[in-house]
Amino acid sequence: MILTYIELKDNKIKKASLEALSEGKRKAAELNMGLAAVVIGVGKEGVGPEIFAYGASKVYLLENPAFDKYSTQDYAIALASLAQKVNPEVILFPATAQGKDLAPRLAAKLGVSLASDCTKIVVKNGKLEFTRPIFAGKALLLFTLKSTPKVATLRPNVFPLGESRTQQGELVKESIVLPSEQPKARVVEILQERGGEMDVSEADIIISGGRGMKGPENFGLLSELSSIIPRSAVGASRSAVDSGWIGHQHQVGQTGKTVSPNLYMAFGISGAIQHLAGMSSSKVIVAVNKDPDAPIFKVADFGVVGDLFQVIPPLKEELKKALA
Amino acid sequence: MNILVFVKRVPDTESKIRINPETNSVVEEGLNFVISPYDEYAMEEALRIREAKGGKVTAVTVGRDESLVILKKCLAMGADEAVLIRDATPETYDGLRTARIIAGFIRTKSPDCKLLLFGKQSVGADNSQVPAMVAELLGLPQANVVVKLEIDGDEGVAHREIEGAQEKVAFPLPAVITAQKGLNEPRYETLKGIMMAKKKEIPIISIEELGFRPEDLASGVEITALELPPARQAGKVVTGAPEETARQLVDFLHNDAKII
Repeated sequence: MILTYIELKDNKIKKASLEALSEGKRKAAELNMGLAAVVIGVGKEGVGPEIFAYGASKVYLLENPAFDKYSTQDYAIALASLAQKVNPEVILFPATAQGKDLAPRLAAKLGVSLASDCTKIVVKNGKLEFTRPIFAGKALLLFTLKSTPKVATLRPNVFPLGESRTQQGELVKESIVLPSEQPKARVVEILQERGGEMDVSEADIIISGGRGMKGPENFGLLSELSSIIPRSAVGASRSAVDSGWIGHQHQVGQTGKTVSPNLYMAFGISGAIQHLAGMSSSKVIVAVNKDPDAPIFKVADFGVVGDLFQVIPPLKEELKKALA
Repeated sequence: MNILVFVKRVPDTESKIRINPETNSVVEEGLNFVISPYDEYAMEEALRIREAKGGKVTAVTVGRDESLVILKKCLAMGADEAVLIRDATPETYDGLRTARIIAGFIRTKSPDCKLLLFGKQSVGADNSQVPAMVAELLGLPQANVVVKLEIDGDEGVAHREIEGAQEKVAFPLPAVITAQKGLNEPRYETLKGIMMAKKKEIPIISIEELGFRPEDLASGVEITALELPPARQAGKVVTGAPEETARQLVDFLHNDAKII
């Protein structure tokens, strides 16, 4: 069986979880295995139909009142107890902040190695071969895992969503017992950043600025573009972040986030090697830069040589028209 | 308070990666190796905690003798001690293997440590696995991708970055923490620090001393290939009046790429 971990946010399924589930469905079909999903928390039955619609025939609901607040250790205990009970061959996670925090803990608990942040999974001679970018995408590592279950996290925005259609499935509730004497980390508060804006790792479209933005005040131009484009987020190059123009959580590149959005728009970004590493797997790249020799144009599908401050205002109007 | 900081030697971020397809490994010749950037934030945080609360900071790495250079850097930044766990095995990309070595080190050599600091990932293998695995193997709490850390007695509070927000996490010590950019601004080594570091001995520990036989540490990852990503082709580049180029750009996004 392939088991997929479904991460919820405010009782809604995160898109990256559905992507992992969709990939699970494709691999389950190839390997002739069943597909199941696991949700942690009390009173989460409501998400069952959507998970069944993406192809899982079974949804395990792991319950304990403590699961109301995320705890890596508690969640890992819950998943390990399910894994020991149902013996999945494969366990997939979305490589979200939570997935990246939880999967290694679970893998170590089960005594198995982990495939992190995968961008491709193929079946070769009946085995799963994982591909993951290393050096922020400057190279790709292809490998198999020797022990079972094969635990992997899947990079968001890479694996296509499968078809969803109304289907029946089975909800299985498991009550989880947690050890009482466990030194553990617990979440005490969620601190929202500016109204919980979209993270670059989750955005379909990233509007990114570099040194050419000239100062922090001009990042507002990119926020304005972002506000008219659905599912978009503002990104930045390392030099913009290191100059203090925008928070590091926006940074794309080797010491920031490695991203694969549908569209990456680079404004005033020259294209240093460590930046290109982090965004070259974007599906479409466009760039606006004054310097016709900027390396960013070597990876851009469409480039505009020009002053971004003169291009952005008419661009905004054209985008509004196109989106209307 | 005993603080351990785990560091790794990696090619710097300006490096162009070349691959030896015979050995499925990265060609090291011509690369400039540095301490992994996130590990510097971990190191800096350890030094600040020691300056505020007292204690001892020890930098630890697992690797070949070449890694002594980054341990020297940690000593020059201000670490009290440094230890090399000598492991001549080429990169396995198996986080569990490294985690088991580190957990073995802590059990046998440093059972009294209160804080285990790591970078949130090595800039290279990019696995983000080892710290959480070490925490699990030792039964310790963890806080990953931390941008703010406060230690008060035997308790800690960390802010960890999640999508579009931060989780504030409370935990008892000892604990495993991984550093994210934004946690602090790492200091430079001083000349005095570099001179002091030169004089310090760095003990080298073998994996056998930690109770492992080489076969205990077989990799769980079977590498089938190491490849370069497909090269991107440069597309169309336009110049001209801003109104016109903006229109052409949106026309491309709308009609060719069909994204907008």
